[in-house]
Amino acid sequence: MNMLSWCYFPARLAWRQLFHDRTKLVAAIAGVLFACILVFMQLGFRDSLYASAVSAPTKLSGDLFLMHKQSEAMWRPVSFNRNELLRTLGHPAVAEVAPLYLGLAPFKNIETQTKRTLMVYGFDPDAELFDVDSVRSKRHELRLKDTVMFDEFSRPEFGPMRALLEAGRTETEINDYKIGVIGLFRLGVSFAADGNVVTSDLNFMRIFPGRHPGDIDMGVIKLYPGASLEQVQADLAERLNEFVNIFTFSELLGYEKNYWANTAPIGFIFGFGTVMGLVVGLVIVYQILFTDIVNHRYEFATLKAMGYKQSYFVRLVFATAFFLAVLGFIPGLVLSISLYHLAESQMFMPMPMTFGKAINVFFFILSMCFIAGFLAIRKLKDANPADMF
Amino acid sequence: MSIVIDVRNLNFSFSHDAQALPVLKNVTISIQKGEIVIMTGPSGSGKTTFLTIVGGLRQAFDGSVEVLGQQLINSSDQVKVSIRQQTGYIFQQHNLLKSLTAQQNVSMTLEMFNTMTERERLEHAAQMLKAVGLDDRLDHKPDQLSGGQRQRVSIARALVGQPKIILADEPTASLDKQSGQEAVGILKRLAKESGASILLVTHDYRILDIADRVVELEDGIIRNA
Repeated sequence: MNMLSWCYFPARLAWRQLFHDRTKLVAAIAGVLFACILVFMQLGFRDSLYASAVSAPTKLSGDLFLMHKQSEAMWRPVSFNRNELLRTLGHPAVAEVAPLYLGLAPFKNIETQTKRTLMVYGFDPDAELFDVDSVRSKRHELRLKDTVMFDEFSRPEFGPMRALLEAGRTETEINDYKIGVIGLFRLGVSFAADGNVVTSDLNFMRIFPGRHPGDIDMGVIKLYPGASLEQVQADLAERLNEFVNIFTFSELLGYEKNYWANTAPIGFIFGFGTVMGLVVGLVIVYQILFTDIVNHRYEFATLKAMGYKQSYFVRLVFATAFFLAVLGFIPGLVLSISLYHLAESQMFMPMPMTFGKAINVFFFILSMCFIAGFLAIRKLKDANPADMF
Repeated sequence: MSIVIDVRNLNFSFSHDAQALPVLKNVTISIQKGEIVIMTGPSGSGKTTFLTIVGGLRQAFDGSVEVLGQQLINSSDQVKVSIRQQTGYIFQQHNLLKSLTAQQNVSMTLEMFNTMTERERLEHAAQMLKAVGLDDRLDHKPDQLSGGQRQRVSIARALVGQPKIILADEPTASLDKQSGQEAVGILKRLAKESGASILLVTHDYRILDIADRVVELEDGIIRNA
């Protein structure tokens, strides 16, 4: 018997049996679909979290970054002395350095006067730390006293800033300090901050009167072209105080992501949710396959009496599992895409459905169905013709 | 005439316990090619057990059971499967697959061997269904057929593989008199045409007239009627 018919005949019977009882088929598909959506949403939230966690650092322009070793992530920095950063200028490959000040502060909604916390980034406008054109083009205006730029992608609770600015209403308060919004830029919210503003280092000190320019939260180092990143990083690591981390750009992104994945147990929570979704799906599919075998045991015993081998029924069960996986996954994918759009519109965080994610989830669901099939085939031994006729 | 089923001194009981009641005691019977043998007897006499042993569905350990030249006593699964494939089995209930049409059900016998194309299989199945008088019911599923029609489909399924032996277990038990006699009449006609032997167990005395020979099994012992 050739390979094609080896799979084809039991698969065809499985297909016909599935479609014979439409009500049961719909229930079975709904079970797989449920697991599918659960897994997609968990992974979607997790990836969205990771993507938003690194939304700020991805816009930073620099080659090497200094952070205090006690800083778990950018949103909760531990300050260190600016001299650490300035000392790196002694290395011949270092072109320029700039401090970055970070702070969470309440921002007053211009319309409703309610306050909500956002992230304030302070840096020397000429240092061009943010690789965002709109920020760069306003670097002279940012030098003026009490001016900030507002992140257009902040949550709507901060007020319709674009409309307000066009209407000339620019005055508000951050940390109870009166400032003027001089423009908009685009960054994006994260789990740590619902919104962002950028301002100059001097204005930052005015907003946070307790802060001192000598205590910086992050140091950004730019190298001369052609310098070896790894070499300079290794050289500087030797010279720097032991309480300072020195990261490359990708290390910084990894550090931020790792915080959310491991230090904050959020990565674990979503991973756990994914596994739970698969376990629930496994139980559902197992139940479906199990009752399917029980319901068809007379038919299977009949086929056995006709001369069909045990392995035929094993293939039939796995074919059923495969069809359930595919038939549940397709509507699951379609529904998840629209749920992603819904979540994006509610959370203001990116939630992309990538091809890779779809493939991953399909293999999760397929493995889930196959494991369920593997558990269910033990029931096949009940279909023994000698005991039935 | 050659012998297709040769049973000698077959003993069988449902457990290996020495005190267990034997179901079959020293059964000896042989069936010729093309012969139609009906085995009667009260229920519980061991008829069905005997049939399942001859059909390779049940393992026996004591005596000799040669079917189509293969010994079934202490046989491997392979031998049993091979005997099942060469035997047409007709069940008390029709035992058709609910999800398949009459034609697809009959075709299942041929799918097992995979020696034909799909078209040939369906053609053979259609011819067989025509032979049992159901050429207008090819695309009906079992629950759209009457009891007699279902049993005729199951006869077609048993015969389409051109088996040398047909084993039938009370094929008329769930049928009324007329459709029962119709069904066994068809069975006899087709078996005679193809030269197949039939071993039919029943306690339906209305159909004894189709047999070449009737034997009676009582308390596990064969008596020639």
